[in-house]
Amino acid sequence: MTTLALQAGLAPVRRADHWRPAELVFWLLPVAAYFIFPDNLVLLTQIAITALFCLSLDLILGYAGIVSLGHAAFFGLGAYAAGLLAAHGFGDPLLGLGVAAVVAAALGFVTSLLVLRGADLTRLMVTLGVAMMLYELANKLTPITGGVDGLQGIEVLPLLGPFEFDLYGKTAFWYALAVLFVLFWVARRIVHSPFGLSLKGIRLNVGRMPALGTPVNARLAAVYTLGAAYAGIAGALLAQTTQFVALDVLSFNRSAELLLILVLGGSGSLYGALIGTIVFMSAHHLLSELNPQYWQFWLGALLVVIVLFARDGVMGGLRRIGARFGANGGTK
Amino acid sequence: MTVIFDGIASGMLLFLISVGLSVTLGLMNFVNLAHGAFAMLGGYIGVTLLNHAGVPFLAALPLAAVATALVGVLFERTLYRRLYGATHLDQVLFSIGLVFMSISTAHYFFGAQQQPLTLPDFLQGQINLPGLDIGIYRLFLVILGLAIAIGLQRMVSGTRFGAQLRASVDNPRAARGMGINVERIFTLTFALGTALAGLGGALGVEMLGLDPTFAVKYIVYFLIVVAVGGSGNIKGSLVASLILGIFDVAGKYYVPEIGAFVIYAVMVAMLIFRPQGLFGRAASR
Repeated sequence: MTTLALQAGLAPVRRADHWRPAELVFWLLPVAAYFIFPDNLVLLTQIAITALFCLSLDLILGYAGIVSLGHAAFFGLGAYAAGLLAAHGFGDPLLGLGVAAVVAAALGFVTSLLVLRGADLTRLMVTLGVAMMLYELANKLTPITGGVDGLQGIEVLPLLGPFEFDLYGKTAFWYALAVLFVLFWVARRIVHSPFGLSLKGIRLNVGRMPALGTPVNARLAAVYTLGAAYAGIAGALLAQTTQFVALDVLSFNRSAELLLILVLGGSGSLYGALIGTIVFMSAHHLLSELNPQYWQFWLGALLVVIVLFARDGVMGGLRRIGARFGANGGTK
Repeated sequence: MTVIFDGIASGMLLFLISVGLSVTLGLMNFVNLAHGAFAMLGGYIGVTLLNHAGVPFLAALPLAAVATALVGVLFERTLYRRLYGATHLDQVLFSIGLVFMSISTAHYFFGAQQQPLTLPDFLQGQINLPGLDIGIYRLFLVILGLAIAIGLQRMVSGTRFGAQLRASVDNPRAARGMGINVERIFTLTFALGTALAGLGGALGVEMLGLDPTFAVKYIVYFLIVVAVGGSGNIKGSLVASLILGIFDVAGKYYVPEIGAFVIYAVMVAMLIFRPQGLFGRAASR
């Protein structure tokens, strides 16, 4: 009886875990894009990588509510880890991803101890400080990282044996997309698991969760570490597909831009991170061609408008439209 | 000795710019990353007045402060006030947006190059004491910084306006109930913060340079000062600026290869051991 009641009570949660048709259609988009824009594979690869990076921030900010102004630290660390590995003869791409994930997760775990101590403002400053420290390190350790000139000489071996990284970026595209999809699937499982729900609970009411028996700090540290690992993998993908690591992977601008992408898409929703990236990167691509110098102005204006008027981003807008249709049609 | 004095002077300059942020962020609890943009605006106004309108240096400084404050009030009335109750994240995003816009705008009007600034004769040159070379402009900065620090401290803790401000921040509802015009207090305070930013920006052109990336290049430093000094604390900001200035100059002088790393490390360490800042009040909000 109790199990039945429990199952009935969990039904909405269960249902949320099901793959909806719209989601399947969404994942066919990149496949279609491959055939529609065969000349823009580099851009498409960039979008996939940034989407993964954005996903990692969404996990810690959107789901767990940890603000971060220095998420690029993990991205850059992953990029340098994979880049250095490949530059010193260990060019297997999957090995690079694994090492980048582990290194970034280690940094994430260590810094989570610092980040979780403070309130919002302290968190902003500590995350920013950690990222700036790494930036300075990478800048000054020229013999290892190449400093401002960037890390060169990265040689990536063929993926899984037969798939060599070609000039047109075909392999790179499928590689990045596959990694994104797998990690998205994992993230989707996680946010719908009891662990993910407890994170949501922490974000919504941090005072209540300990009373329900949730170890708040341990959960937050775990998700922060996970987010760091995701960001590290995204960085590694960038290093491997472009065969170059520029110093700006660690820059403040990258962290700030990522926040922008996430709020543009709508934080707290995995598809928000993906859609935000697609919209942002496409707009960036088009606008910066039209008006390269002042593109930043419109970026800033967009940010201000989003914060003032459309706080829940594209996903929020979609949801509102969906709700209206649902109300009109009588079914939900 | 000279290194220490230069450190004090550069710390004082840092204080002059960031004390405005200490007012908006610390007293009003608004994470205003656009503070650097207001400082940049002050710098550009100062330079334009000096080089194109031929206004004397000492008159250009207050004019830059006042003009920046006017722009600040305009923004406060139209945009900032909507976000007083918003989360810190929203405030951060909003002000980063303003920073991006300010960079492009400055680029559009003034170009990417550094702006030249010639100091008047009486602020140039050095005083040479045995073992100590004092740049007159640096001495000027130190004196001005001290004067402003004392004045502000007096104002916040000693005047009616200061008391009203503290009341409005700590408990807006009760303050309103006591007949305090909270909106007006916030507008005035924001104007004060931006005026200080404008003044600091104009003063900083000579030492920090001025180009469109100013808005973002130094914001980290300003934030460090406020975070380390403790929110809304003039004395804390002063001490933190001085520490930061001395460490920065000494670090660049003695160990240039590690650069700014020390400062970030010091900040993170400081925030871990005293999350509320050096002189911060225990977190009450």
